[in-house]
Amino acid sequence: MFRRTLLGTAAVALGLSLAGAAFAQDKLKVGFIYVGPVGDGGWTYQHDQGRLAVEAEFGDKVETVFQENVPEGADAERVLTQMALGGADIIFTTSFGYMDQTNAVAAKFPDVKFEHATGFKREHPNVSTYDARFYEGRAVMGTIAGHMTKSGKIGYIGSFPIPEVIQGINSSFIHAKKINPDVTISVVWAYTWFDPAKEADAAKALIEQGVDVILQHTDSTAPLAEAAKTPGVIGFGQASDMTEYKPSPRVSAIIDNWAPYYIKRVGALLDGTYEQSAAWEGIAGGEVEIGEITDAVPAEVKAAAEKMRDDIAAGTYHPFTGPINKQDGSVWLADGVVAQDGELAGMNFYVEGITGDIPQ
Amino acid sequence: MLILEKRPSPSRFWQGATPVLAVALTMIAGGVMFAILGKNPFEAIRTIFWDPVFGEFAWYFRGQLLVKAGPLILIAVGLSLGFRAGIWNIGAEGQYIMGAIFGAAVGLAFYPASGWFIFPLMVLAGGFGGWLWAMIPAILRTKFRTNEILVSLLLVYVAQSILSSMALGALRNPEGGGFPGSRNLSQYPAAANPEIIAGSGMHWGVVAAFIAVIAAYVLLQRHILGFHIRLAGQAPRAARFAGVSPDRLVVLCMGISGALAGLAGLFEVSGPAGQISIDFASGYGFTAIIVAFLGRLNPLGILLAGLLMALTYVGGDNASTNLGLPSASIQAFQGMLLFFLLAVDLLSNYRIKFLLKERA
Repeated sequence: MFRRTLLGTAAVALGLSLAGAAFAQDKLKVGFIYVGPVGDGGWTYQHDQGRLAVEAEFGDKVETVFQENVPEGADAERVLTQMALGGADIIFTTSFGYMDQTNAVAAKFPDVKFEHATGFKREHPNVSTYDARFYEGRAVMGTIAGHMTKSGKIGYIGSFPIPEVIQGINSSFIHAKKINPDVTISVVWAYTWFDPAKEADAAKALIEQGVDVILQHTDSTAPLAEAAKTPGVIGFGQASDMTEYKPSPRVSAIIDNWAPYYIKRVGALLDGTYEQSAAWEGIAGGEVEIGEITDAVPAEVKAAAEKMRDDIAAGTYHPFTGPINKQDGSVWLADGVVAQDGELAGMNFYVEGITGDIPQ
Repeated sequence: MLILEKRPSPSRFWQGATPVLAVALTMIAGGVMFAILGKNPFEAIRTIFWDPVFGEFAWYFRGQLLVKAGPLILIAVGLSLGFRAGIWNIGAEGQYIMGAIFGAAVGLAFYPASGWFIFPLMVLAGGFGGWLWAMIPAILRTKFRTNEILVSLLLVYVAQSILSSMALGALRNPEGGGFPGSRNLSQYPAAANPEIIAGSGMHWGVVAAFIAVIAAYVLLQRHILGFHIRLAGQAPRAARFAGVSPDRLVVLCMGISGALAGLAGLFEVSGPAGQISIDFASGYGFTAIIVAFLGRLNPLGILLAGLLMALTYVGGDNASTNLGLPSASIQAFQGMLLFFLLAVDLLSNYRIKFLLKERA
């Protein structure tokens, strides 16, 4: 019965999507689905900047539509279907939790291109995925953190215990420890991408534990606002530059720059060279940028961080280069061995020296 | 000057007319807000209220209205029984989550077996899970006189933590590459809750909601328990003299509302949502409280209120995408609807009088 319902729906949807495509010949309609509000000052804001960059680049040739605050669940499927019915030619779904919905809707609209951020499922030829190597930026932040911490305690506000976030925690810790072997890291799981109140609580709890450097994998500026209340505590901009907290507590930032990717993909669709892909670019490709390192950091620390950034960009250094052991002491990467992308994409363990468990 | 005079008994005319008046007032006030935002107010109102039901793609959105309204109606009908008797189950969201977890766990335990009995077992388990979660505040109230409002509300947060731990641990998809979330039940035919007729949006949860409406109507009109419920709410002392045991009523009303919320969770997790994930809970349990009062605690009223609520969600999302309205303005619009409903509710209990002279 299930298969029949699916095929029935697909047939109706197919007819309509063909009709829709015929109408929208003159302008390419580009859709975006956001998990937060465009004014979050972080993750969603940066995706929306990418959308505006697409408009600026192609002008009259494209029309963009977006929907903000879409919950990662059944609602996402409806919003996606609605966009496809509305004549969108390509839709970017910009959060991990849209993975199954993106693939389900893609099956019903084979002529619409779907691009899912940070996921790994490409069940249909019209689904591509894209991600950025945020862990490269974390290596730079970790270097600064290792130099700057006086208490030797670093705090990390995690969103969800998924590989992308665990990569960031491990990368930060490895590089902080290279500078200061006594450093420890405390991870607080917020179970949200964007919730200023929860994020502020997490930051407060970390500061009370004596943490003086806060890293965050959540999207609001609330942790920086909390850090600003205690002298000597620093943090980093996440996803966007968060310049309003310069020069301190925000001493630098990991900036997601989606514009080059969005322009490339929309451009390819316009000139007919579009193909399914799985993109994972980092500092070298311009998708991960390091925000200005402020003068709140000593010059030699700034120099060390910039060298790290440039080495990664040049490809001479990979943040996960052995020797690295897993938390339980077993060998993960032998001396000089570099982690494979496949291993990173499924990372579900802490490296040696991090205490605590990944929630199971 | 204006004065309010209490009516001897609520006006039947205004009880029916106030919801219509409230919708009309919301359209006017919302239209003004959309105009201030620089959008065409008539187009916005049409997109929210007209297009999902009669517009170009109504064949899709009508079904989505049922998908959205189904769980709201199912939960609200259960809550309304308790509310009528003065028993305040505020934690339907937690019972909804627990029903989904219990039901999904049963389904996943059988994976990948097939058999006609799996889905009915899941339905039983879902109802049981919600019932069990509601029994905690019920028994604490009858044995220790705790406040069921607080206990049921706080148990929502416990249920959310259990949900996170299930998505990360016991129910996690072993083939999910380390990502949180269970297997997708909607892709497992024996456990799936698909649309009964393709494209209609009518899944078993919607059927259950309609059955619940009819059953509650019959219960309240024809059954002695319905009489006891109404009596306990309107005249608690009289109820006691009539031999109604308050404790028995608490256990019954909490149990029924918990079981119905649990069923709603089960139908959602095996159908539209598809999987147990960290953010499976979407607030249906809280919104259903609004739906219950919007429908004046009357089963038929709740049916209409649930559909109206669904319309503001579905139409609101459409307006947001198609017209570029910020999602906050849609939430404000929904807020206006509730505000006007409560405000004009005054008219059914009070009469407005114009006094020409000051009273001595």
